[in-house]
Amino acid sequence: MPVRRRQKDLNFWEKIYIPEIAKGLALTFKTMFKPKFTMEYPEEKFIPPPSYRGRPVLVQEENGEERCVACGLCSRVCPALAIEVQAGETDREKERYPERFEINMLRCIFCGFCEEVCPEEAIVMSKDYELAFTNREDAIYGKDELLVPVKNLNERINFLRQYK
Amino acid sequence: MPKFVLNGEEIEFKPGQTIIEAARDYGITIPHFCWHPSLSVSGNCRVCLVEVEKMPKLVIACSTLAAEGMVVHTESERTIEARNAVMEFLLINHPLDCPICDEAGECKLQDYAYQHGVGESRFIEEKVHKDKRVLLGPYVMFDAERCISCSRCIRFCEEIAKDPELTFVQRGDRVTIVTYPGEQMDNPYSLNTTDICPVGALTNRDFRFKARVWEMSATKSICTGCSRGCNIEIWVRNNEILRLTPRYNPDVNGYWMCDHGRIDTFKFVNADDRVDGPHVRREGKLVKAGWDEAYSAAVSELKSFAKDEIAFLGSPHATCEDNFMLAKFARSVIGSKKIGFMRKEDASFGDDILRKNDVTPNTLGTEIIFDSYLKPTLNFNGILEAINNGKIKALFVMEEDLAANNSEIENILTKLDLLIICAVNFNKTTALADVVFPAAAYAEKNGTMVNFDGIIQRLKPAVATLELDRALDGMAMSRLDKFGTHYDRWAQGKKRDARSSWKIIAALASVMGQKMKYDMAEKVFEEMAASIDVFKGLDYDKIGESGTKIKFEPAAASK
Ligand code: SF4
Ligand code: SF4
Ligand code: SF4
Ligand code: SF4
Repeated sequence: MPVRRRQKDLNFWEKIYIPEIAKGLALTFKTMFKPKFTMEYPEEKFIPPPSYRGRPVLVQEENGEERCVACGLCSRVCPALAIEVQAGETDREKERYPERFEINMLRCIFCGFCEEVCPEEAIVMSKDYELAFTNREDAIYGKDELLVPVKNLNERINFLRQYK
Repeated sequence: MPKFVLNGEEIEFKPGQTIIEAARDYGITIPHFCWHPSLSVSGNCRVCLVEVEKMPKLVIACSTLAAEGMVVHTESERTIEARNAVMEFLLINHPLDCPICDEAGECKLQDYAYQHGVGESRFIEEKVHKDKRVLLGPYVMFDAERCISCSRCIRFCEEIAKDPELTFVQRGDRVTIVTYPGEQMDNPYSLNTTDICPVGALTNRDFRFKARVWEMSATKSICTGCSRGCNIEIWVRNNEILRLTPRYNPDVNGYWMCDHGRIDTFKFVNADDRVDGPHVRREGKLVKAGWDEAYSAAVSELKSFAKDEIAFLGSPHATCEDNFMLAKFARSVIGSKKIGFMRKEDASFGDDILRKNDVTPNTLGTEIIFDSYLKPTLNFNGILEAINNGKIKALFVMEEDLAANNSEIENILTKLDLLIICAVNFNKTTALADVVFPAAAYAEKNGTMVNFDGIIQRLKPAVATLELDRALDGMAMSRLDKFGTHYDRWAQGKKRDARSSWKIIAALASVMGQKMKYDMAEKVFEEMAASIDVFKGLDYDKIGESGTKIKFEPAAASK
């Protein structure tokens, strides 16, 4: 058997530990009086910058209608097959609207492709990262959960216009 | 054969062929919008411009005849430049509608814009606006902004449907399509224009916005709307048929199909009144039962009749395999030669284009099988008469709604002691039945049918049933089918508990003590081919995707 050797032989002071403990405690006491970096989540919430990719949401215009025209491109591009869109016909000028729009949040990987491909700026990544479910059905978000008023999404939309 | 040079290679052509046709036969597609192989040449889209040496200007390949010794370039610098310019012209006033346009994904303009376009627009002015939702007829929706004025639809109505209904009005960039005053686009073939319209200007109202084309699978099959048997593709998403489109077969339907076939022949497959699982009558009511339970119920009832008291009705709606099994069951299990089927002629249906008065898809096949395999002693009318005067007490009906629109037959059927049915949907006849077996619809099974002209063609399953698995049984699969799990709502489409009629009959035979073991329709066909002369030497591979003619002369072809 080969003889196992330490990488570094400890000297006497290191072997008795006491100076090392003192050094460690000194650091602890010093840090106690410095400003804090951690957050007390969930009492205190983290508000991400506009570049953050939280759950994808649908843009709701001021008149309450969705922007989406149900073209299905987000559904096609989604690498995780999270999105299902069923188009329907409407009398409005845009002709087409999503009769059903569902994102399976268990499938979504927050890649942002849907946002990137959308020709209507109708689906964007939000700042919402709080996603927890107790069963699979709850994880499928329909239009009710997905539609978010455009005024709450302006930060992200401006970010996209600048960088996309 | 004369020859000319195409892109440096010498190719042969038939005298009278244009450059585009000769190139197509050789396997080179010259881009085109307005040219269509079975319409007259119009030469208006200009995208097929090619360079011919010694000619001063570029020429359009669709109307220039190929000539001996010609030297043609389809990819030279001048050609590509001209093509890009034509594409730019076509796109100037074309709306950015792709996200809301049903054609997206199968649009020629989209494809060519990728292949031959420069990739960006130099046009910053306001585009010309026209009407967006114009109903031209009962099924066809027109979007004037998308139209590229190729005139295919106009020529189709004139030349194929033989019913001129459309025309251009206005000039220049205001040009648009209208129906003639007082006319509607209501010819029985109108929806073919939605297939040949190279853009999304004409769309099918019935299919409008139902799905994007890339979400569906397409299965090659045939239409069951009449005895023409037009070749079609069945488009399915989430195990539901959403549309049918014609498939090219020069011997049967060319490029076309009729609107009845396209609109009315698939909805019953998706309908809510499908027979789902076997049903047995108990205390006067049809109740759902297990397969084995229904088999033994049917058999024990059948056994209580003498063989002279039992008759069979096959169906020209069912496949050859189904009818052959029924005939075999009658002959070797029961020992009866009383077999017939109900013919359906509709004198107002046929025309000189595709539609036939005989509105059942497999009349000829059923007739050949019954006549040559069994030589029936009683035909359809004879059987009804024998039921009426009490000689026949038990009837086995396969895939036929006898009582539909016929109260006389309905009355006769009530005289039966036993009525066993294989049915696709619940109907007036199943309401009288004692045992109902759920039959797979034409889109849920393999099989063959013989059209009026003696061409035998294949049906292929496009919709999965409980016992037919999309992946394991080699059915067409879309991307969604490939990756869906049973947790995904978009992959939970309804699968019915139905089986091909031949399978049901073979199982009944086995319960009656005569083992019939076929694991697939192909095996049934093999046996049929071995025992009926007309089908000798045929198999599924030989029939292939476009069918083959059987050795049989149809008596005085009916319309
Ligand atoms: S973020 Fe990515 S994974 Fe999530 S829905 Fe959009 S495309 Fe699909
Ligand atoms: S890409 Fe945009 S417009 Fe198209 S379906 Fe998705 S959200 Fe709607
Ligand atoms: S509607 Fe379609 S087929 Fe008819 S002229 Fe316009 S582009 Fe051509
Ligand atoms: S002509 Fe007959 S077979 Fe052809 S599409 Fe019409 S109904 Fe179907």
